[in-house]
Amino acid sequence: MGSFQSLPDDHQYRTLSQKTGFSLEQIAILHNRFKQLSQNEETLRRDDLKTIQDLESNPIRSQIIEAFFDSRNFQKDGVGSVEEIGFEEFLTVMSYFRAPPQHITEEQREEMRRAKLRFLFNMHDTDNDGTITLEEYRHVVEELLSRSGALGRETAKGIADAAMLEVASISVGPMAPDEFYEGITFEHFLKILNGVEIETRMNIRFLNMDATVLCK
Amino acid sequence: MLLSLLCVFLYNAALGMGCMSTVLSGWFHLIPRLSSIVPESCLLIVVGLLVGGLMKLVGEIPPVLESKIFFLYLLPPIILDAGYFLPIRQFTENLGTILMFAVVGTLWNAFFVGGLLYGVCQLEGHRLVTVDLLSCLLFGSIISAVDPVAVLAVFEEIHINELLHILVFGESLLNDAVTVVLYHLFEEYSSVGSITVMDVFLGIVCFLVVSLGGIVVGAIYGILAAFTSRFTSHTRVIEPLFVFVYSYMAYLSAEVFHLSGIMALIACGAVMRPYVEANISHKSHTTIKYFLKMWSSVSDTLIFIFLGVSTVAGPHEWNWTFVMATLIFCLVARVLGVVGLTFVINKFRIVKLTSKDQFIIAYGGLRGAIAFSLVYLLKTEHFPMRNMFLTAIITVIFFTVFVQGMTIRPLVDLLAVKKKQETKRSINEEIHTQFLDHLLTGIEDICGHYGHHHWKDKLNRFNKKYVKKCLIAGERSKEPQLIAFYHKMEMKQAIELVESGGGAKFPSALPSTVSMQNIQPKKPPQDRALPQLSKAREEEIRKILRTNLQRTRQRLRSYNRHTLVADPYEDGWNEILIKRKKMKELEKKISQMNNYLTVPAPPPDSPTIARARLASDPQAWGLKSVTESIPTIKVDLASPQSPESVNMVDEFGKKGSQSKASKEEEGGLTMKVPSPTNQRKDKTADEDNDKEPQQRLMRCLSDPGPTAEEEDEDEAFLP
Repeated sequence: MGSFQSLPDDHQYRTLSQKTGFSLEQIAILHNRFKQLSQNEETLRRDDLKTIQDLESNPIRSQIIEAFFDSRNFQKDGVGSVEEIGFEEFLTVMSYFRAPPQHITEEQREEMRRAKLRFLFNMHDTDNDGTITLEEYRHVVEELLSRSGALGRETAKGIADAAMLEVASISVGPMAPDEFYEGITFEHFLKILNGVEIETRMNIRFLNMDATVLCK
Repeated sequence: MLLSLLCVFLYNAALGMGCMSTVLSGWFHLIPRLSSIVPESCLLIVVGLLVGGLMKLVGEIPPVLESKIFFLYLLPPIILDAGYFLPIRQFTENLGTILMFAVVGTLWNAFFVGGLLYGVCQLEGHRLVTVDLLSCLLFGSIISAVDPVAVLAVFEEIHINELLHILVFGESLLNDAVTVVLYHLFEEYSSVGSITVMDVFLGIVCFLVVSLGGIVVGAIYGILAAFTSRFTSHTRVIEPLFVFVYSYMAYLSAEVFHLSGIMALIACGAVMRPYVEANISHKSHTTIKYFLKMWSSVSDTLIFIFLGVSTVAGPHEWNWTFVMATLIFCLVARVLGVVGLTFVINKFRIVKLTSKDQFIIAYGGLRGAIAFSLVYLLKTEHFPMRNMFLTAIITVIFFTVFVQGMTIRPLVDLLAVKKKQETKRSINEEIHTQFLDHLLTGIEDICGHYGHHHWKDKLNRFNKKYVKKCLIAGERSKEPQLIAFYHKMEMKQAIELVESGGGAKFPSALPSTVSMQNIQPKKPPQDRALPQLSKAREEEIRKILRTNLQRTRQRLRSYNRHTLVADPYEDGWNEILIKRKKMKELEKKISQMNNYLTVPAPPPDSPTIARARLASDPQAWGLKSVTESIPTIKVDLASPQSPESVNMVDEFGKKGSQSKASKEEEGGLTMKVPSPTNQRKDKTADEDNDKEPQQRLMRCLSDPGPTAEEEDEDEAFLP
């Protein structure tokens, strides 16, 4: 799926543009970057992303890299993860970070919001079972606090527990003592992040002019 | 009688006005309908008008708002309050937009109004022809600046969404630099007579120097203040003083060098805040907060009243053409400016500004006392039309404050503009905000271009690595934001829990209906006759307090013995104790009315907890308190510095053994004590950790007696 044949790039770009919503210039720029990262090969591997120096200091580095190789982010009912991705998958993942266009209907806005939240949800739900269990959530918080040493590790558990309690109480309400809250489903996830305006915050500015820095 | 009283007041004009203003502003809030229609600033101006009128009647000369008093004493508290509590995140996210409005918008306004007024003056002919271009431009620059005092006064009451609030408010703060530069420039040039291109260029350089210089001065003082606060752990009482003194010095230093004092003050407050708050005690923080609010409130009130009085007092020269032209041009300039700038800005913004937003921004451009004071400073020799300017300015101010101020609230409702979200930030939102920050930074790095998030992340890391180590004392310097937020939240919840006392209503912040058992699969289901609720809450509370107790104990060591020993826990546990007592009395009454409380049945307390409760409150024998009161008690007993603690321990030891027996005899609503042993066995390793703080604590207490008894129970005495 990843290799480009001898078709002119234009045609490929057009189909991609329709699929992901990027403009042709942006696709060209991202393609350049893709080639840079993959050392001019057709596919990108995890190691290629790991070489990016700026990512070293990011506490959730491994989760971000995983997200690129997670099939669920490529199409609606994908399962599992892949070892290498092509440009189309790369672009699809990038498209989750596009800003909503200025004139957009409420329905489209809601759809965009759901898609972005789904991406986040997939990042947390590592075992692919459709719920974020307490263990997975703890892992998330631990990663976030991984740069803070011992203090971080101790409190991470407490924070994750408190957060989980909150989700349970908001989504499910009063629970009997022997009921067990399995984990955060996607619907609950939507509910608790209701206050955060994801569609306006989860965006990065994709340039129209090529100003990419040389790969470090 | 009343009149003579009034005269006495009026004689000591300043004193009288100060007292009257505070009293009156208090009264206004008691008339709910009035304060919902008319913003406070309008009422205060009316009061000022009345006072001024009265004084004129009596024959006194009403005092005018002297510029010196205004700029040196009345303005700084308001600006410091604004700068210290500035929401940094929103401010920096929208900085580009704010700067555009502040700089370009103000320049546009100034030249548009000034230029057109000059045209009108020339056209009008006979009286106004003496007004030259530079005077008009000066007037234009003074009147074009949006006033932070007026904006704050009106916007605070309408609770508009944060984006719009920060845009208008940020603009009003940052346009000070432009105003200062233009004002001085035109004042200089009008005495010189003519300007050249070189002068324009110098003007631009001057602007950069004034604004950046002001910010640098403010930042330096801010860092100094933060650094000082690092060492104040032994002199907690004067911590607030440092904050105020450094800020004021920043303002004065900037003003002395003709830099922008307002920007210096904002920079100082914004820079020092994160570090100072990490260093100072909770009490100092509260002090600073309330002092700032109080001072800014008083200043605000005084400014508007003085404005009213000055209107009556000031020398006026009414000229229909000039005044009307000014008013119309101001409004038109504002609207055109906002619309034009938004068109440009929207190309660069991710979240575009809608036309509703633009309308509110344009409508929120209120003028206020700063403009008035600046005109007042003009000397009549250089500016023969000064009185006319004064009249025009006052008219514009009145119009914006009264008409725009009063109508903005119904308009906001009419246009259904998004209001401020009143909900508290939940821990989930905080986690995901942080997560998003890192995620977006990562994606930017993968994309390869250094955007907004990349630089923000770099700044944060620099801050964490170098700056925090310098400016924050001790352990706190390593505390990441998420943890700090979590601790704050826990503290708040614990306090709320205690304050809600009777338990009849559960604070919504606490997940009261879900317990730890519900989410942790490993613990076996527990066999209880009573609802799980209270016991689980107990665990939560214990957990909360365990972490917080240890932390507060760390911070306590810094207290000087000269400070209040009797109240070591900073948040007024005394009040909480009093409330608790009241609650208990109330509960007594309720229980006498019916045997069943609406709250879940009293918790199956462990003997330790029951004993603890009784011991700390000797009058509370046989009382059916609920779980919520536990935190207070434990805190008291735990306090090693409290002089009562020693006594408590003694009582504890004696009463403890008695209470158990008597409890089991009492029926009804008293605490049922299911076999403690079962409970204890069900605890996981978590509770083992609880023993240690308990033991540590025990060793601190001078009376070794209870310790031995305590250790029989591995039930955590103290969470």
